[in-house]
Amino acid sequence: MDTMRERFVSVTSQLLDEDPRLALVLAEITMDGFRPARERHPDRVLNVGIREQLLVGVGGGLALTGLRPIMHTFASFLVERPFEQVKLDFGHQGTGGVLVSAAASYDWPAGGFTHMAPGDVALLDTLDGWTVHVPGHPDEAEALLRHAYAAGDDRVYVRLSALSNGAPRPVDGLRTETVREGGSGVVVAVGPMLDNVLAATEGLDVTVLYAATVRPFDGAALRTAAGRAAADVVLVEPYLAGTSAGAAAEALVDVPHRVLGLGVGRAELRRYGTVDEHTAAHGLDARSLRERITAFLR
Amino acid sequence: MSHATADPGVRHEDLGRLMALMTGAEKHGPAATSTLDVLWVLYDRVLRVAPETAGDPGRDRFLLSKGHGPMAYYAVLAAKGFFPVDWLSGFGSYDSPLGHHPDRVLVPGVEIASGSLGHGLPLAVGSALGLRAQGLADPAVWVLIGDAELDEGSNHEALAYAGSAGLERLHTVVVDNDSATHGWPGGIASRFEAAGWSAVTVDGRDHEALHAAFTAPHPGRPHAVVARVEKKA
Repeated sequence: MDTMRERFVSVTSQLLDEDPRLALVLAEITMDGFRPARERHPDRVLNVGIREQLLVGVGGGLALTGLRPIMHTFASFLVERPFEQVKLDFGHQGTGGVLVSAAASYDWPAGGFTHMAPGDVALLDTLDGWTVHVPGHPDEAEALLRHAYAAGDDRVYVRLSALSNGAPRPVDGLRTETVREGGSGVVVAVGPMLDNVLAATEGLDVTVLYAATVRPFDGAALRTAAGRAAADVVLVEPYLAGTSAGAAAEALVDVPHRVLGLGVGRAELRRYGTVDEHTAAHGLDARSLRERITAFLR
Repeated sequence: MSHATADPGVRHEDLGRLMALMTGAEKHGPAATSTLDVLWVLYDRVLRVAPETAGDPGRDRFLLSKGHGPMAYYAVLAAKGFFPVDWLSGFGSYDSPLGHHPDRVLVPGVEIASGSLGHGLPLAVGSALGLRAQGLADPAVWVLIGDAELDEGSNHEALAYAGSAGLERLHTVVVDNDSATHGWPGGIASRFEAAGWSAVTVDGRDHEALHAAFTAPHPGRPHAVVARVEKKA
């Protein structure tokens, strides 16, 4: 199986051939993969060099002329470094585009904190109108990328990761899926957290929801699930813990409820090592999740 | 959205009256008028855009990156009929589309919403690339920045890339009123030339010199016009 990032290259290269409205902007990262596409479409596959403010500004300019820009680099350089460009060169202009990130929260632990962006989704949450897809499998990444490219002039963020579940789910770019039903609480698994959540909740009487699209947050699905179960909600997200707590609270505003937000810790870990070691350190492995979920629902 | 018809009778001499509708004063400080002559010459003699073509894909684009002190910009747009002159008296009020920084969503003829420095030139680079990618070889893209705005690093990302990419349809006007605290030793034009641009420095109050600079040929390269005006008070 290829990675989400490899799938991004293949599906985007194909769609650049099919849709003359698409244009890709890169800042060196992943350039090698797009060389064949650039040869075919030199005016629509653009590499601006190591210039991330320009990466987003150029995307904004492309959108002003009616194209649908796709902008790609690591999440820390795509969302955090040029954040004001994301805010002003799209939303404030009344235009849209697709941000596609790689490296996620800790895809390259040996690379250290400079290449980690656990706060990207929380940061985008300060802006209005961004759809956020967090695929949990390369097949889902392909489906959600196709969805994002075809989404008119919407502003869409697709967060690709090296973390993946073992099997894809049938994502539609909108709804949260009910994977398992129970009566003693609701656990929402986001993207690549699903396998660990399913293992952690094995034999527990809980509803498990799966979200590969977190903005807009599917509050109706959570309300329905909470109505079936007790309104005790655990969010398990592959980025900053509690990122969707506000969205869950809004969905349950007229229901007495409790929310536990699990995810990547705010404190900088200052460790290298492996992805699995970082997953465990943030308490997101199946054993840690089971302990924290059962303690909360007790 | 109502569109007034362009009034061919409006002259440069009338702009002061239009600006007075916004400021209540016949006299204006350098900050308000540093761009006035540049804007007038562009809209009167250079840019191929009018109220009737403001939505035409083949129009020239003018992006005001230096979004503060937009009274001269509004006066010129009103003079050319992009919106009614009577909008000017509401300048900055809650019900007016004309703010202290312009908003493309609210004002006909305004290509970008600006105010935060350092966004216009990257957006102009993207616009030039986007037009080229769609086979629109004719439209020119113009962006106006200030000399202090050139301090912003994002402009240098755009300047270096545009020169390297040879974006011939891209044009930058730098209105230089010595606002930058640390200045530009060697002159602003040298920065553009070093990055592969065509560049020229002219008196920013001299309409004939501006017109000549704006229309100078620059095959295969983007073009920068540094318009020198009196030092900022």
